[in-house]
Amino acid sequence: MATKKFMFVNRKAPYGTVYAIESLEVVLISAAFDQDVSLAFIDDGVYQITKGQDTTGIGQKNFSKAYKALGDYDINKLYVEKESLEERGLTLDDLMELTWEDEDDDYAEKPSIHLVDRAAMSGIMADQEVVISF
Amino acid sequence: MALEVNGSTIEQDEEGYLVDLSSWTPDIATALAAEEDVELSEEHWDIINFLREYYEEYQIAPAVRVLTKAVGKRLGKDKGNSKYLYSLFPYGPGKQACKYAGLPKPTGCV
Repeated sequence: MATKKFMFVNRKAPYGTVYAIESLEVVLISAAFDQDVSLAFIDDGVYQITKGQDTTGIGQKNFSKAYKALGDYDINKLYVEKESLEERGLTLDDLMELTWEDEDDDYAEKPSIHLVDRAAMSGIMADQEVVISF
Repeated sequence: MALEVNGSTIEQDEEGYLVDLSSWTPDIATALAAEEDVELSEEHWDIINFLREYYEEYQIAPAVRVLTKAVGKRLGKDKGNSKYLYSLFPYGPGKQACKYAGLPKPTGCV
């Protein structure tokens, strides 16, 4: 199967709707097909990868830890829109430290999160073959 | 489906996975394996315990490819290959080992 550039666009807060967890499941499945997968976090989607999520009050599973496994799945292009973070008073420090190990560089841990502005994000999106929005 | 273990009834879904993941005990793993005529060896337990730790940390059951890589890193290269894992879990290391470990079926596993 030919490799295609897939981007999954996440725009919704992690809880309250099923979009975030459904997106994550599709992302994990897509990794099994050896595709070139990247993720975009825009609007309230940036909350999906914030630190210190606690779901005890809403009786739902806290699936935020699963984003830390993305590196193991060779998914290491997580683009976060700078404006979306700023509009919510967030910075990179409010996001989880998501990394991947580069096998070709003595397993060095490298950051998976890339902060990009709106213009750069639209360029990255235009470069994709498949864009799936959640 | 349901399973009797030490006098209590353990609920399973239609494929044999535990309905309540928190109800898992090592005895349940032994019973689930016995249902498929498998006797759990120390090598099986290494993988089962590894999967439980992985789930605790990431809240997902890893895909086979990820499991293989992670086992290689943790338990040594001789164990981090599909030949070894399939020799222990012939029905598929993801599917079968996750079932005994009381995890959900790996995402993307059919």
